Order: sequence, then C-alpha cells, then structure tokens
Amino acid sequence: MLRFEVDRRLVEECHRLSSEIVEQVRKETAGFTTVAIERSVARLFGIDGVNSQGVPLPNVVVDHLRAADKLGDGVAVHLANACNALGLTPAETAQRVSEGKLDLSSLGWQGTEANRKTARDLAKAALERIGARRRERESLLEALPVPETPWLYVIVATGNIYEDVIQAKMAASQGADVIAVIRSTGQSLLDYVPYGATTEGYGGTYATQENFRIMREALDEESHRLGRYIRLVNYCSGLCMPEIAAMGAIERLDMMLNDAMYGILFRDINAERTFIDQGFSRMLNAYAGVIINTGEDNYLTTVDAFNSGQSVLASQFINYHFARRAGLRDEAIGLGHAFQIDPAIEDSLSYEIASALLVRALFPRCPVKYMPPTVHKTGDIFFAHALDASFNMVSVLTGQSIHLVGMLTEAVHTPLLQDRYASIRAAKYMRTAAKRLGESLILKEDSVIDARSKGLLLKCADLLRDVRRKGLFQAIEEGVFAGVKRTRSGGKGREGVIRKSEWYQNPIEELIRQELSVEPGKEDSNS
Amino acid sequence: MTGLPKEHMEQDGFVLPYGDHQNDGLVQVSFTLPVKDGPLGDEAARQVMRSMALKEPQVVESTPLGEGYTFFVGYGKLTRPVELAKLKVARPLWDKLEPQAIERTIRERLGREIVVVGAATGSDAHTVGLDAILNYKGFAGDHGLEAYSGFKVVNMGSQVPNEALVQRALEVKADAVLVSQVVTQGNVHLSNLTNLVELIEAEGFRDRVVLVAGGPRITHALAIELGYDAGFGPGTKPQDVASYLAQEVSKRKSLYSNRAF
Repeated sequence: MLRFEVDRRLVEECHRLSSEIVEQVRKETAGFTTVAIERSVARLFGIDGVNSQGVPLPNVVVDHLRAADKLGDGVAVHLANACNALGLTPAETAQRVSEGKLDLSSLGWQGTEANRKTARDLAKAALERIGARRRERESLLEALPVPETPWLYVIVATGNIYEDVIQAKMAASQGADVIAVIRSTGQSLLDYVPYGATTEGYGGTYATQENFRIMREALDEESHRLGRYIRLVNYCSGLCMPEIAAMGAIERLDMMLNDAMYGILFRDINAERTFIDQGFSRMLNAYAGVIINTGEDNYLTTVDAFNSGQSVLASQFINYHFARRAGLRDEAIGLGHAFQIDPAIEDSLSYEIASALLVRALFPRCPVKYMPPTVHKTGDIFFAHALDASFNMVSVLTGQSIHLVGMLTEAVHTPLLQDRYASIRAAKYMRTAAKRLGESLILKEDSVIDARSKGLLLKCADLLRDVRRKGLFQAIEEGVFAGVKRTRSGGKGREGVIRKSEWYQNPIEELIRQELSVEPGKEDSNS
Repeated sequence: MTGLPKEHMEQDGFVLPYGDHQNDGLVQVSFTLPVKDGPLGDEAARQVMRSMALKEPQVVESTPLGEGYTFFVGYGKLTRPVELAKLKVARPLWDKLEPQAIERTIRERLGREIVVVGAATGSDAHTVGLDAILNYKGFAGDHGLEAYSGFKVVNMGSQVPNEALVQRALEVKADAVLVSQVVTQGNVHLSNLTNLVELIEAEGFRDRVVLVAGGPRITHALAIELGYDAGFGPGTKPQDVASYLAQEVSKRKSLYSNRAF
C-alpha cells in the first residue's frame, strides 16, 4: 500500500504526551468505582434476570448495597460473604435479596480472608468462562479464515432482533465480514441493561445479552455455511459500558465500540464516570479478545473535517493510551476516523488520502477503522454512491483494516436490503480492483498529500501539548474535541461514581491485571 | 440546448415524468421482493410496477440478495399526467432556515442566546425525541439545539414533574419550553400537556414563553388546541425546531420591539 513516512521524533513526543495525559486522569480517578462496574462484577458472578418489576438483578443487588452504604467495598466481597454464610451461589443470593428475604449488610461477617478467597474463586470461574469463549473464537478463526482486508463492516438496525438476523445473514452472504447491530436510540442513557430478546426499538435494537446470543448463534451458522468467520459488533458506550463489555465477553462478541470520550462529548455523560467505566470495560474487552473501535469519526460530524483533522488524531493518541493501560494490544485497538471533508473543496480527495495515510502510518499495527461519508450526503442517492466509491478507493489505497461500508441512502433511512447489497458490491469491487494499486505508487515529496499529512501531524502535536498543559478534563471543558464543552462534574450518571473504601476489592480486575501483566499506572510494554 | 420552450413543456399545466423525451412518462424504480430469482420473480416485479400504474413495465436487472429475496431495477411509463393547477400545497407557518441563517436571525434580531428548557414530563421515560432535538448529536446528521451558539439548552431529561419544569423555566428565565410526550396510554399525554399550560398560566408567565409540544402523537393542530404555540410530530428534525424558535422568539422579543418583558 501507499506509504507516508512519519517524523519519528514527533510521533514519539505525541505518544509521550498522551501517555502523560492519560496517567493524570488515572491518578485522579483511581480511588473510585462506579455502579456500572459493580453491576458488571455481579453479572460475571452469574447474576442475571429481572425482578417482578422488571428491574435487572445486578441493579437490585448494587442498589441494595448502596442503600446500606456498603458499595464502596465492592459488590464482590459482600456476595462472597453471603455465599460463605449461607452456602448460596451469587445468583441465588441475588434472588433472595430481590425478594426481600435477605439483607446483605446484616449477615454475619465470615472473615476477610475467607471472603476474599471466595470472591477470587468466583472471579476465576468467570474468567475461565470468558477465556473459553475467546479460545472458541480463535479456533473458529483458524478453521474459517477471513481472507481479505479491509473487512467490510455493515450495520443492521431494524429494532427486532429476529428481523436483524435475516438481514445480517443476507449481508454476510453478500460479502460483509463484520455485522454491527445498532442500538436503540437512547439506550446509552439507561443506567441498566434491558433484559431478554427484544422486538421493538427506535432506530435500532436494544443491546441485551439474549439478543447478543441470538445474533452470535445465527452468525456462527452463517460463518460455517460461508466458510468465513463473521464478526459481531455491539456498543459499549453509554452508562453501562462495563456491563455491556461483560455481556459481550460472555456471548463472544468480536468487536465493541468503546471510546474513552464519546459518552462525555456526544451523550453528555459525566466525564469522571466515563473515564472510570471505560477503564474496566476495556480490561474486559482485552481479556475477551475483543477488538475495540473508537469513535473519533463522530468529531467530524460536529466540526468541519477540513479544519479539524488534528483533533481526530490527538484523540486517537489519547484513546490509544487509555486502551494500552487497560491491557489491550495494538492488534485489538481499532482507532476510528472518517472520510468527511466537503466534496465541494478542491483537492478534497487528496486531503482524504492524506488523513487516511497518516492514521495508517501513526498506528501501523492497529486495525484502524475507516468510516464513510455521511455529513455531505443528501437525498441524492446517486451522488452519495459516487462519494462512497471514492471512499472505498481511498480505503484500499491506504490499507485501512476495518471498512464501514457507506450507504447511498445514508441521509434518508436505515438501509433497505438493496442498499446494503449495492454498497457491499461497490466496496468488494474496489477491494479487488485496487488490490495492489498502493504498492505501485510512491508519495511525491511535498505534494498536496504529503504536505497535508505533515501539516496535520504538526497540528496534532501542538494540540496534545496544549491538552497536556491543561489536563484532559480542562481541555474537554474548553471544547477541544468535537467543539463540545462538558464540565467535569456535569452530565448524567455522576451519582453512580462511588469512592472506594479501604476494603475495596474487584477480583475480576485483579485477575485480569495479573494475567495480562497490566499494572496500574503502567502500560503494557510488549507493543 | 435544444428542445421545446418551457411553456410548451408544461402543456397547459399538465406534466408527466420526462425521461428521454417530452411526455414519455418514463420512471425508474428499484425494489426488493421476498421471492426467488427467476421468471416468476420477474413477473411479480412487473406486476408491482403495473400496480404503480406504470405501463410497459420492464425488468432490466434482477439480482438474488440471499435466499428467497430478489432485487429488481425496472422501468415503466406513466400515462396519466398531473394537473398542476389542481394541487394544493400546505404552507408551513414559519420558514425552515439553514443553521447559519438560524444563528444569524438570533444574533441580529435578538442579540442574545435563546434559553430553552426541555423535559419529558410526567411518567414518561422516553427521551429519544427530546434528546434528538436538544443534544449535540442530534438526529440523522442534523445537530441538536446544543450545537447552535444561539441556544442555551437545559435538558431536564425524563420523568420530570410539570411543577419542576415550571420551576426551572422560571429560574433560568426560559424563552421557550419544550415538552416531549411519548407514552399515550389512556391519553395520559393530553392531561399532562394541559396541566402544564394551567401551571404556567397560574405562575403568570404564559405570555413570556414559547410553549412547544413534541412526540409521535403530537400534531401542530393538536398542540394549538391544547393551548401550545406549536407542535412537532414524527419526522421533525432539530433544524425545524431551531428554525421555529429562532423566528418566533425573535419576533416576540426582538431588539427592535417595544414590548418589554
């Protein structure tokens, strides 16, 4: 593929600055857990289902401990204490709590050592379950390899999981490698995860564990039929980042949207809550072998893509370092960016090539995710298709890894069956037709493309220096990313941030750190 | 350019689609049918076009999309012209403005930010519509009111009691109050909406706010009937609401108006 030679020293500086930016956030949030993290521990301990009012049992248990002012210890030791005292499983414990038959805070303490050990055993069992799903994926990938890159990624969004299944299988048979089930609008703001199979949603389908299972099973069937493993994607963003990560780990999802700042900027979720939640959710992603997708592409929907390319890059560096601290390897960090420059601008295609080349060069081992044009699409579906064709070409030319297939009807409605077909066909055509185009070309020094790439990297470094000086919280308050301003204490879900007590234990986190050799405040060094 | 003069093209106000010739009535269609690819599928597609009143239906492409689904591209001819003089066009009560024009209207005519308070009131937990209109992210590529420098947005979220909404509107000196109602069991949304108007009137600031209702069951006519200034139903984009508020608030509280609030 076509290559851009980056200024090594500048890139190293960007990495150092971002690592420091991220470390600062970690230090300031290390003393806290969140209701969502504790609910995901409860889930991983086997607590599932809902009570008679439809409230998920992980919420019931966490709210119960919170009311007794015990949540700062973490849910794990209290569940372990109940198991030891009563000989129950965590699921049975939750059931009794939900029926009002058991008060966890009034149980006799079974001894710190014994409880911690039980908690660790429960965590070990949970991680074994996730590890088994990871190994299952590895062997499926070996048996059913995905032969070509970029992987073609398409979205289904009917609101009805059974209808989604039909469309997903059809898309896979047409050539899609990755299927994302878009969530119902507004799910990110629910402070619980809906339960069971769902058949109604607004602009998408609820992310529930049962919906995950149904879709994964259908795609496994289709993968075997096609001889190619079809990856499944869902969204870790919102108030339930870690819980969705836990569900995805259990149901063998392959990719998860997981951005360290998306919820803050675009969903007005509290910044501290988001930074704490993303850390644990990404650890679960790392352990499950999930490839995360970051959402920098969204920035270019609120600010002009021509003038703001550097904010995408700076955010990628920051997202990357957050991810590394959670134990994700480069191969699992799908940094997002997009083709969104106004097509009316002269040389816009060259500028798109410059950005795509630069991202590829900055993160050579990351499966970078390239998002299609959306902002400048209207109801003119024919021009939209032409724009997507250019996007497809740039993607292949610059060696992108994950290619979200653009839809000609983007600005009109969720894709019709024939829209997905036409778009996948166009993308497949370019993947074949331009396969070795990149390796036939050399970038001319100081050409439009070369100059633009160099300029973007310089601006990105400036921006990171500025963020380093201010700190990330302050930078977000000033609207550095996507032009959106959010205060540190504002936004939704801050009441779900809990100060850890001196007895706090999260055995899942401990074990993942141990197994992936991730120490707090340090990055995994085997990059 | 060759061709006929414009007057002749419209032929006394009767028009047909123009494909390649004047009045050829040619229409291009594409659709998918849940049928297998083959002669039966093609005939089904032609029948679909006949039901659209297309004569001489032609299938130029039929592609299987997967088991039991086929995609068709077809052509046919319309023969019944449209008589322009007989058409009625509903005119909106305000103009839809482009984002820049919205910002300019607010800046030049009001000279300050428009303060908007929004909530899904009563028992309603649905904030999808409200968030789409207010939050930065917006909806379908159209950014919410937060994205405009001319709006200061207070989004109170869901299940907000009418009393709390009224209280907040007073506190922040709201220029506009947006109420979202989705749940409609037993027409609870109607009594909720009416109750809010009564509360605002009781507090004596009904004439100082633009009161807007929105939701899948809301129409402009219904909103007016309930005592609101405007109603927005399904398909509303943030830009529609922004256009309306920019014009309505500026009209009422313009820098150049003598009315004092």
